[in-house]
Amino acid sequence: MNVGTLINDLTVFVLAILLGFEVISRVPATLHTPLMSGTNSIHGIVLVGAIGLGATADNALTSVLAFVAVVFAAANVVGGYWVTDRMLQMFKRRPVPKADKSAN
Amino acid sequence: MTAIDLGYVVQLAFLIGAAFFALGLHQMNSPATARRGNRLSATGMTIAVVAELIYVGYRGVEPGNWLIIGGGMVVGGAIGLRMARTVAMTSMPQLVSLFNAVGGGAAGLLAIDDFIRLSSQRTPEGALAALDGWLIFFILVDVIVGSVTFTGSLIASAKLMGRLKGQPIVFPGGRLLSAVALVLAISCSIVLVLSGTGLFNYDASVMDLLLMVALASALVFGVTMVLPIGGADMPVVISLLNAFTGSAVAMAGFVVGNVILIVAGALVGASGAILTKLMADAMNRSIANILVGGFGAAEGSQAALTGAGGTVREVSVDDAAIQLAYASKVVIVPGYGLAVAQAQHGVRELADLLEARGVDVSYAIHPVAGRMPGHMNVLLAEANVPYPQLKEMDEINPEFERTDVALVVGANDVTNPAARTDRSSPIFGMPILDVDHARSIIVMKRSMGRGYAGIDNPLYVNPKTGMYFADAKAGLAKLIAAIKAQ
Repeated sequence: MNVGTLINDLTVFVLAILLGFEVISRVPATLHTPLMSGTNSIHGIVLVGAIGLGATADNALTSVLAFVAVVFAAANVVGGYWVTDRMLQMFKRRPVPKADKSAN
Repeated sequence: MTAIDLGYVVQLAFLIGAAFFALGLHQMNSPATARRGNRLSATGMTIAVVAELIYVGYRGVEPGNWLIIGGGMVVGGAIGLRMARTVAMTSMPQLVSLFNAVGGGAAGLLAIDDFIRLSSQRTPEGALAALDGWLIFFILVDVIVGSVTFTGSLIASAKLMGRLKGQPIVFPGGRLLSAVALVLAISCSIVLVLSGTGLFNYDASVMDLLLMVALASALVFGVTMVLPIGGADMPVVISLLNAFTGSAVAMAGFVVGNVILIVAGALVGASGAILTKLMADAMNRSIANILVGGFGAAEGSQAALTGAGGTVREVSVDDAAIQLAYASKVVIVPGYGLAVAQAQHGVRELADLLEARGVDVSYAIHPVAGRMPGHMNVLLAEANVPYPQLKEMDEINPEFERTDVALVVGANDVTNPAARTDRSSPIFGMPILDVDHARSIIVMKRSMGRGYAGIDNPLYVNPKTGMYFADAKAGLAKLIAAIKAQ
């Protein structure tokens, strides 16, 4: 790992943490559960790394490791975004007519 | 376009993806825009994943490797989708824990995979060609944090599902085992990092073995860390494991040299850290106390089982109904007991009825009212409670003075005034909802049993308090019928 890359990566890392603190401290407590499941889906971004490894796996061991990583990450991404959306659509300013209640 | 040019385009796509994550999180600052924010974030994810697929495709992928990628995405996506569609809102903490587990697990696997490939690449002299001290450092942090998250989250999830009992699970030598596992994982890491700097020169097989020892130790540590932590502390544990997952993903970004992983991991890490702090503050305990306190099991909470002075005044359904029906301001204080009894819809129905009579109704939500941060809000939103009625602790506390009736359903410790006044109380200092400031209080409760912390609640012997002994669901139904009869 060359020092230039290391410093660049650290810069991005530190600034992203500060950005995270700034943005997330504004999220109201009402939305903390969707926030957590939403950030959960964001860490599913490991899928990108897993795809990269899956593309270059050349023996049984690395193939299995990459496959499991892709499965984990894909479940994380798809499930996380879906369930967050499911939760957020329940947050309504005014109650919905009763007919909608049996829909879920 | 050459592969290098395409590489730059893909980098730009990642930048867009990362920006969408940040903007999406920003829109989470209000329930009105949160859903759009989540979709923006999902769009960013799609852009990043498609860009990566195009990139690897352009560089050439064997059919077998496409099978790994495509098959894995289909299988994982289907599993995730199924869980997301079927999960009950009460089970959300388990699901979030499982996603923490797979996210941390995937991040750890990336690093293991990378290490195994690179440890055998050597210069003609036999020194490491592709690994150096820094890279090994990030790999090891990723593997250890990812593995601890993986097993720790699985245990937390099992506890929340009731597959393991919620009480602290302590066994002889458990603390020693934790310590040994941690020391072993760290020592292996140090040896590996030093061999990365060229201080030692080991074969690939020796290095891989050391990595496996570190991995196994970290997996064991994850189990022994979470087992002794009690169910009541789960909101803190889930938040902490969320922060761990974020960190593991950021480390994976350093390892595979991908900036979007670093940004996404940092955002999640920051979120988990903030939530962990908020939850610990809401219970007036330090994070260290929750983790280490778990090791010795909760001793403090059993100490103060003294009988409360004063008498309990019982209130009948009809009296309660009259109080509520002729109030001008009612605050409902829901606790997790409400969700356990599946009584959210009953509460909403009661509130609708009161509002139709012109009563001002709101809900006071304590930060640790559920099993994870914000859990109670989701459960009430599911029952169609409009979100403007959901009030946070700091917002609602000054309003209790002007409240005619505070209706406490299934909440206990978070309403205990001893937290303000009684220095000997185990929950002394914990921020509570000031329900005792209301003009009158109705507590709906099955019996005089104690709350999670196992301590007496002086609220119940307050002369302003009427106890309405009933199961939450059945009791609400009776109350609704009685108000309709008014």
